[in-house]
Amino acid sequence: MATFLLRRFGQAVILLIVVSMIGFTILHLAPGGPLSQYAVDGSMTQADLDRLADQLGLNRPLPVQYGEWFLRMLQGDWGVSYRDRQPVLDIIFSHLGATLELMLTATVIAVVLGVWIGTLGAIRRYSFFDSLATVGAMVALSIPTFWFGLIVIYVFSVGLDWLPSGNRYTIGDGSFWNRVHHLVGPSIVLALVSTAVWSRYMRSSMLDVINQDYIRTARAKGVSERRILFRHAMRNALLPMITIAGVQLPVLLSGALVTETVFTWPGMGRLFLDSISYRDYPVVMGVLMFSAVIVLLGNLLADLLYSVADPRISRQS
Amino acid sequence: MTEAVSPAPNRKLARWPVAQRFADHRLALFGLATIIVLAFSCLVGPWLLPFSDTHIDMQSRFAAPFSGSHVFGTDMMGRDTLARLLMAGRISLSIGFSAMAVSMVIGVSVGLIAGFYGGAIGAVLMRFVDAMLCFPSIFLLLAISALVSPTVPAIIFLIAMTSWMEVARVVEAQTRSLRTREYTLAAHSYGASSSRLMFREILPNAIAPIVVAATLNVANAILAESYISFLGFGIQPPTPSWGNMLNSAQTYLTSAPWLAIIPGAAITLAVTSFNFIGDGMRDALDPRADH
Repeated sequence: MATFLLRRFGQAVILLIVVSMIGFTILHLAPGGPLSQYAVDGSMTQADLDRLADQLGLNRPLPVQYGEWFLRMLQGDWGVSYRDRQPVLDIIFSHLGATLELMLTATVIAVVLGVWIGTLGAIRRYSFFDSLATVGAMVALSIPTFWFGLIVIYVFSVGLDWLPSGNRYTIGDGSFWNRVHHLVGPSIVLALVSTAVWSRYMRSSMLDVINQDYIRTARAKGVSERRILFRHAMRNALLPMITIAGVQLPVLLSGALVTETVFTWPGMGRLFLDSISYRDYPVVMGVLMFSAVIVLLGNLLADLLYSVADPRISRQS
Repeated sequence: MTEAVSPAPNRKLARWPVAQRFADHRLALFGLATIIVLAFSCLVGPWLLPFSDTHIDMQSRFAAPFSGSHVFGTDMMGRDTLARLLMAGRISLSIGFSAMAVSMVIGVSVGLIAGFYGGAIGAVLMRFVDAMLCFPSIFLLLAISALVSPTVPAIIFLIAMTSWMEVARVVEAQTRSLRTREYTLAAHSYGASSSRLMFREILPNAIAPIVVAATLNVANAILAESYISFLGFGIQPPTPSWGNMLNSAQTYLTSAPWLAIIPGAAITLAVTSFNFIGDGMRDALDPRADH
């Protein structure tokens, strides 16, 4: 177990370094590099730009610059926004809550629905329901999230007037139920793809489990089918799902960006898009790096949880 | 994964088991037929229609579908929706195929090199793949698209840059296992060069998962194009694409819902079809696996 943990942490650190190198490269690909803001608005001459580049140390070798940038990132100094001079990390944290709220709600919906659909599909394999769920999952994975969002708004906000068409709460009314009401639409939209993925993985995980010897043993002992399903099969089939939660993170974050745009949800995705429109590169790069780090840590956490929940995993490796 | 919908073996194809298994996969056939019809309409349609996709007609703005001479209605500038849909289809489908081709070249090369040489080279390449996969694809796409001018080739390149990693993983795993097969070792023993081993011994035997990945990659490339164009950083008007047709649709959702419904339905149809084809190919090429 200790070697497993150590190795897994080592991998994560290496990955973090490679991720930061990619981020740094993209930052320097920007036209004008880190000075693009000044290059774009034309308020500085080339001589000014050169002097500034010299002062900021942008003429030094790239590895040196990268090293310094990486150390600053580690210390929490992610630069300041071009727009309002706020520290990038502060801006990200002020938008993170809305995104996490949306992602968590969507995940709960997706897990509940996906596990139910997948389990039913597995125990009634090849039934009408199973075929329908299979095709349904494939279609759900093919629907553009933003389009599904538009349809939901058209049907439930414009047509039926059941749901608000956007924002996190009505201005002047921040009550719990008002927030929940606003959360319904975007979280259903965000949950669509995840539900499809969860149902597929749950189905195949359940199929693996119900052919195991211990299920046959339980049946031979005369345990009721219901108890076999919930006490024996379901618990074991759910274990590998922990890693799916980790693997799903980048997809979920991408989906959140799109959903936030359609539903004018004030989260990290909208912040990212707005910053791109303003050419606010420090925030763009900050959010990009931040999302990659979330994914990295999420996967690490999922792997660790899985190895705790299923000791076979860490003993194998 | 769709055995449930595939009885009735097609006897004519019995000599080609792969083709037969594909033909038995009804959804895959449906997908293939849809793509052929869709691609053909986009190719030929614009010449047959009485309206040009760029013809602005302020007198007949927001004409509803199925009411007058415009079958799918018109948009906020009175342009024919069907004409735009078909022209957009040309752009979106060709971006899907081109981005797939570029991403396959990158993914197969990286996977082949990493899997064949292994060791430090393999480790470095595969850690790079892992790191790229940490970035949520749309974040990466948008961040880079902000740095380049959004022409069609640039968008193709962008999508390819962010979608080759899964292919690389698949090819790397295949190459690693095929490298130690008897026939590869035999070729090595009579002095075959590394490139011969890679391209003549290993790659042809790894073709099945590559073909499946390529099909699914077209689906994902079409989706990726629609996402960034919808968000305004992809294909720029007046060039229509399925994604950017939806760009302004949200503004008119109440008054002209067809502007949102029709292009989105086209995207969903095309992407679903490619996913069905990919699924059918997976079943046809690897009949043992149950997905």
